[in-house]
Amino acid sequence: MLHFSTWKQVAIILTCLLGVLLVIPNFVSKETLATWPRWVPKTQLTLGLDLRGGAHLLLAMEVADVRKDWLNTLRDDARKRLREAKIPVTAVGITNNAVQVRLVKPEDTDAAFKSLSGLIQQTGNLILGTTVTDLEVTKADGGVIRIAPTEAGLQHRISSAISAAIETVRRRVDAMGTTEPNIVRQGSARILVQVPGLQDTAQLKELIGKTARLSFHEVHPAMSAEEGRQRPPTGYKVYESDDREEGAQLLNETPVVRGDELVDAQPAFDQRTNEPIITFRFNNAGARKFGNFTKDHVNRPFAILLDDKIISAPVIREPILGGTGQISGSFTVETANQLSIQLRSGALPAKLTIVEERTVGPSLGADSIDAGSRAGIIGAIATIVLTILAYGTFGIFACIGLITHGVLTVALMGLAGSALTLPGIAGLVLGIAMAVDANVLIYERIREEVRAGRTPIAAIDAGFTRAFITIADSQLTTLACALVMFWLGSGPIRGFAVTLTIGICTSIFASVTVVRLLIYYWLNANKRGRLTELPV
Amino acid sequence: MRFLPNPLRFIPNFKGFDFFPHDLRLPFMSYKGLCLGLSIVGIVLSLLIIGVRGFNYGVDFKGGSMLEVQSKSGPADIAALREKLGKLGLGAVQIQGFGAPSDVLIRVEEQPGGEAAQQAALAKVMTALADQYTQRRIEVVGPAVSSELRLTGIIAVVVGMLAISAYVWFRFEWQFAVGVVLSLAHDVLLVAGIFSLFHLEFDLSIVAALLTILGYSVNDSVVVSDRIRENLRKYKRMDLDELLNLSINETLSRTILTGVTAIVVLISLYIFGGEVIRNFNLAMLLGVVIGTYSSIFIAAPLLGYLGVKREWVGAAVKPAAGSAARKARRENMAFK
Repeated sequence: MLHFSTWKQVAIILTCLLGVLLVIPNFVSKETLATWPRWVPKTQLTLGLDLRGGAHLLLAMEVADVRKDWLNTLRDDARKRLREAKIPVTAVGITNNAVQVRLVKPEDTDAAFKSLSGLIQQTGNLILGTTVTDLEVTKADGGVIRIAPTEAGLQHRISSAISAAIETVRRRVDAMGTTEPNIVRQGSARILVQVPGLQDTAQLKELIGKTARLSFHEVHPAMSAEEGRQRPPTGYKVYESDDREEGAQLLNETPVVRGDELVDAQPAFDQRTNEPIITFRFNNAGARKFGNFTKDHVNRPFAILLDDKIISAPVIREPILGGTGQISGSFTVETANQLSIQLRSGALPAKLTIVEERTVGPSLGADSIDAGSRAGIIGAIATIVLTILAYGTFGIFACIGLITHGVLTVALMGLAGSALTLPGIAGLVLGIAMAVDANVLIYERIREEVRAGRTPIAAIDAGFTRAFITIADSQLTTLACALVMFWLGSGPIRGFAVTLTIGICTSIFASVTVVRLLIYYWLNANKRGRLTELPV
Repeated sequence: MRFLPNPLRFIPNFKGFDFFPHDLRLPFMSYKGLCLGLSIVGIVLSLLIIGVRGFNYGVDFKGGSMLEVQSKSGPADIAALREKLGKLGLGAVQIQGFGAPSDVLIRVEEQPGGEAAQQAALAKVMTALADQYTQRRIEVVGPAVSSELRLTGIIAVVVGMLAISAYVWFRFEWQFAVGVVLSLAHDVLLVAGIFSLFHLEFDLSIVAALLTILGYSVNDSVVVSDRIRENLRKYKRMDLDELLNLSINETLSRTILTGVTAIVVLISLYIFGGEVIRNFNLAMLLGVVIGTYSSIFIAAPLLGYLGVKREWVGAAVKPAAGSAARKARRENMAFK
């Protein structure tokens, strides 16, 4: 029958109180909150970007770039290995997404195969717990050996490139001084960047839109760019300038030093011309390489490349042994600042393109909060009035259940750390309307049982028991939809799905258990034995 | 707890207004042919409209950019804006007022040339607007993401329907699942048809609305199905059509009250909830109305056509509600 043991009553009431305690911080400013005693929960609901304003960028990594880079490295490694093994080759080139080696003497094939097989690495497969090889080395007729990346190897490369890119992007975004940026991987080759409060995304896009791969190259001692274009000597290539001031140059393809050997880069001003410049410092290895190079190339030009474009090609006046230097390249204060941030945070492993952008200004966010809460309050009041009109005193209990439902939903959202979005507010309000359905089912059932001639208490009991199956069925089907939405989930929709899911979970407790407890108390207050009629 | 004064003593006892005549037996089943016919016509019309007119896809599905901007002073001059942005050479640029007179919504179609071209177009528009307008919202979706979103949108709705009917099949019988899945498809197609007919913007939030409609509509159908199952146990010899009709009528007060509550809340969201989620709320509103209709006039009558085996209900269950409740409780536990 309708009975609650004492511990059960205490547990239900404590749960409700805990919910209230968790919701209170949302109505208090952050400053007041700081003065409260330590034991009081202080978590506030995080607002989604559409409510608090901010930028949401989805970046995609160029998978082709990752592959190309890897093949280039492979080609260099293959050359080096064969040179060390003293196996002469006619050509080492890249064809059809593979490195192809043509040997001078076909009888060297086995030795070369053995040497090149050393390039193969094992990469772990996290899901299967097995290891797979990242390369496939195959022999063909006529002294040809192919080194082809496997799909697993490529995936592994992309995966580590994405992790590296996330770190780089984070350092760059942090350099802007914004608060709480959220930078996470999405799917196999995408990065989601969310920066709350940021409205002008131009600077952000500029910062993460550049690979910022810096390299220092030797200029060909004798040939000009024009001559090089017609008949490029091995190992040299013509590089274009980025249209600042230098023309095209014929440069050694292998850089002397790369940007990853920089330890610092800062914007500064040239003391003579007062132009914005960038000063940099190499690490020890970089400093040594750069020192040796400049010692050997005094009075000859070298080129500084950014993303394979020449930004500056100064002449070496004297050996630079301290490992520090400066780049001047007709920068503005702003571009110098930006480039130094990019250089400090390291190069991106591959180019990132923006495939989706959603930015909400703070004024729209504030308007949305106003509109959402106004609509929510009006909708909730309408629901309460309707419920009390339809079900009298029991309707009041249902409304207390509804309020508990709202409180617990907000409390759980705060605990789960899920952000409240504008569709989330709609989900919350809709959740209230759907939670009322549980009470409608119960009360209609009770009325039916009364009409069928049951005593009040038996009718209440039968009403709750019978309606519960239907409630569970209907909530679970809605849950199925919410889970599908979560899976579909992009930003705001996921917010809606989360609110809906939490709402479904709390509604069983709030609209069934709490209301049942209230009716139990009401029965106690109204001397259950003498009851002849139910206020429903 | 006994030692505390019971606060509920102070709440006045009063009965609710039982607005619904309970002995009402509306002959729903005698209209089943008409309703099914109407719905089939509705579905065919929807499909035709969608086929001919297509959808007014939002940036989510079409790609391109959408900007909501607010004039820095006074109402926005849409004609001037149109002229200014028309000169940028970005193809079709749609400009419309958006709520307040100072607010404007600008849509720039997807630019040829991939992801970077969208960003370049956005930069152009922003430069053109910078001195007179402040940005409120920007959405740029490149071709890769928009085609993905289209696909996930369709998959989500289909998977949602399948997940629901699998659940209904598991809890009831296959006839119920067929009825439910057909009525769900009916709801989704009609809402989509109305969106196509009135050229309302169709974006990711509408997909979310469609999924919620699925949830709501199946909720209704489950309540009716539950009652049908119960009545099948109770009245072993009743004619199926009559039994379906009885079940619909018995649950009608609940169907209408819950429907009215949901509609009132949605109207309040539609009117006061702001411009950004207006279409979402409209879709929900349509869905609740259509979903309520379909669970009464489609899902249950379909059972009449498909026929339900009586044996599955379980042999020798006494019609007494007490034992039904106990059995139900057992079922429920088994299910958990």
